[in-house]
Amino acid sequence: MTATTPEPAASGLGVAVVFEEMHRWYGPVHALDGLSISIAPGELIALLGPSGCGKTTALRALGGLDEVDHGRILVGGKDVTGVPTNKRNMGIVFQSYSLFPNMTARDNVSYGLRLRGVDAKARKKKAEETLDLVGLAVQADRYPHQMSGGQQQRVALARALAIEPSVLLLDEPLSALDAKVRRQLREEIRRIQIMVGITTLFVTHDQEEALAMGDRVGVMSAGRLEQIAAPVELYERPQTRFVAEFVGLTNRIPAKTDGTDVDVLGRRIPLLPGASDRGVVQALVRPENVRVTPAENGSSRVLAVSFLGALCRAQVALPDETIVVAQMAASESSGLYPGVAVDLAVAPAPVFVVAN
Amino acid sequence: MSGSVNTQLGAAAPGGGALLARPKGAGRGRRSSRSQTIARYLILIFILGYLIVPLFASLEFATRGDFDKTTKTFGRSLASFAAIFTYPNLIDSIVASLQIAALTVFGMLLLLVPTMVWTIVRVPRMRRVVEFLCLLPLAIPAIVIVVGVGPIYRWIGQNLGAVGASPLTLALIDIILVLPYSYRALDSSLRGIDTGTLSDASRSLGAGWPRTILQVIVPNIRGGILSASVLAIALVLGEFTISSLLSFNTVQVVIFLLGHRDAYVAVAVSLTALFFAFALLFAIARFAPGAASRAQRVVEEPAA
Repeated sequence: MTATTPEPAASGLGVAVVFEEMHRWYGPVHALDGLSISIAPGELIALLGPSGCGKTTALRALGGLDEVDHGRILVGGKDVTGVPTNKRNMGIVFQSYSLFPNMTARDNVSYGLRLRGVDAKARKKKAEETLDLVGLAVQADRYPHQMSGGQQQRVALARALAIEPSVLLLDEPLSALDAKVRRQLREEIRRIQIMVGITTLFVTHDQEEALAMGDRVGVMSAGRLEQIAAPVELYERPQTRFVAEFVGLTNRIPAKTDGTDVDVLGRRIPLLPGASDRGVVQALVRPENVRVTPAENGSSRVLAVSFLGALCRAQVALPDETIVVAQMAASESSGLYPGVAVDLAVAPAPVFVVAN
Repeated sequence: MSGSVNTQLGAAAPGGGALLARPKGAGRGRRSSRSQTIARYLILIFILGYLIVPLFASLEFATRGDFDKTTKTFGRSLASFAAIFTYPNLIDSIVASLQIAALTVFGMLLLLVPTMVWTIVRVPRMRRVVEFLCLLPLAIPAIVIVVGVGPIYRWIGQNLGAVGASPLTLALIDIILVLPYSYRALDSSLRGIDTGTLSDASRSLGAGWPRTILQVIVPNIRGGILSASVLAIALVLGEFTISSLLSFNTVQVVIFLLGHRDAYVAVAVSLTALFFAFALLFAIARFAPGAASRAQRVVEEPAA
């Protein structure tokens, strides 16, 4: 539950956005529970969380597509809470394909410009420039049904950017695409966002996407912001149990803590702030912080080894049958086979603990 | 190995033919399939006969010329069709009915399209209520509607003079009558597109509701609008009970009255009206398919 001070903007352009204590109820469901976030001009904030955590509600509230019952939304210092969506000048890319089927790519991109009274010649020029930005200038005369999903989402991005919006809102725009196109497009979106310098709110349930794209990542749960921080900080220093468990892969290893340090697999390592449990607990240890060494007299044994390209993941059973996943460079995995006896150790990175 | 297999096969199939022999009941199956085909054709012929024979009979009746006493047959003539244009009442009623149909279509679309879009986008929980209200006229007998709206028509007639007495005011009732059919046609079309997201996208780009509906939603539910319109036109052109009970001279009422005076012309008018309906259905088939094929096509992702 933190609203941290915004970090320096990605490019210094764009406008600041502030959510102030936003609440939204859908009947008995408290979709937004006092959500407060400050977004710096030009910053890309990724809101991450499970389904129903309120991340899309927050985005829709900023876009004016949904109301808030309490709280304020400030864009560039102005209160836009009651401003209708068509007066907010927000560019939105939706999860489902939202291009107008009756219009070509160029007409889709020109639509917002036409509404702003831009003359036909300038409209055409701007539409082609924006389509060029997303690498689809040659597809300008195609209808949505003649384009692939990835191309449609690119055109949707061009359409959102063409109106030179104050804020860009991305509502899980990659979730309908296959893995390869997803990766390509997320890099492209990030490149364009940095180039244009537009303040962006990106909503996703995909951790990899959020961590790869966001200047900062906000993790939401049950309408509340659990933590908002730079991806590395969020991953390495989670402040709540939810964040520690939700972001990234985590092993639960039996441990003992005195409130300052924690004994895990015979090693004493620092405890992250926020963990209030004492005594016998479970330490949440990242797979890359688990060291596996083949040893004839080792007390643990390898159950399975998965080759993931540059990385390798090994499942190891502790003497008490707790299963621990270790991740290492593929080059360090020689000698690890199912059934091999190994010793396990934990890197001295601070960990979060939860009650046993 | 293969020998043993052959032996087993031989044992199982004495004479080497048992495995290839027709399975039990196969002949019966073929016979049953043949009889099913015959039954299908019979049903088809019966239904086509049921639909087409009356049309041919009407055509035969409407094109009868003078009776030849020697051959005891009728000559052929289009006089009844030509006579349609000589009955001023009939022409007036056709014009009035077409005007009512046009007004009904206009009013129905104006009422239904924004309401349905608004319901889907803003108050989805009200969708059932709107559907129920639209389907309600199916359950209300015409006489009940007439009794219900009688006082309204009396008021319109007394206070709006010529406008009130015009059959065009009948369009107000016809809009209610066509609601169930038009609702269904529009609903299926609106379900075929992502109405909510398209509306959100249009509005976020700066459009108000009227522009969103006219420039984004309507072009993408063209098929549904055409279907709803033709159903409405067909219903209005065929509506007799309410027009008759309210004493308005629509085409069906005049055909009915004409039937007492000149049955040949009455049948000729009916056939012409039917042909008009066919022409409209053809227009739908001609204009509607674009939207459906657009929605269903899939384009592969291009290679990286």
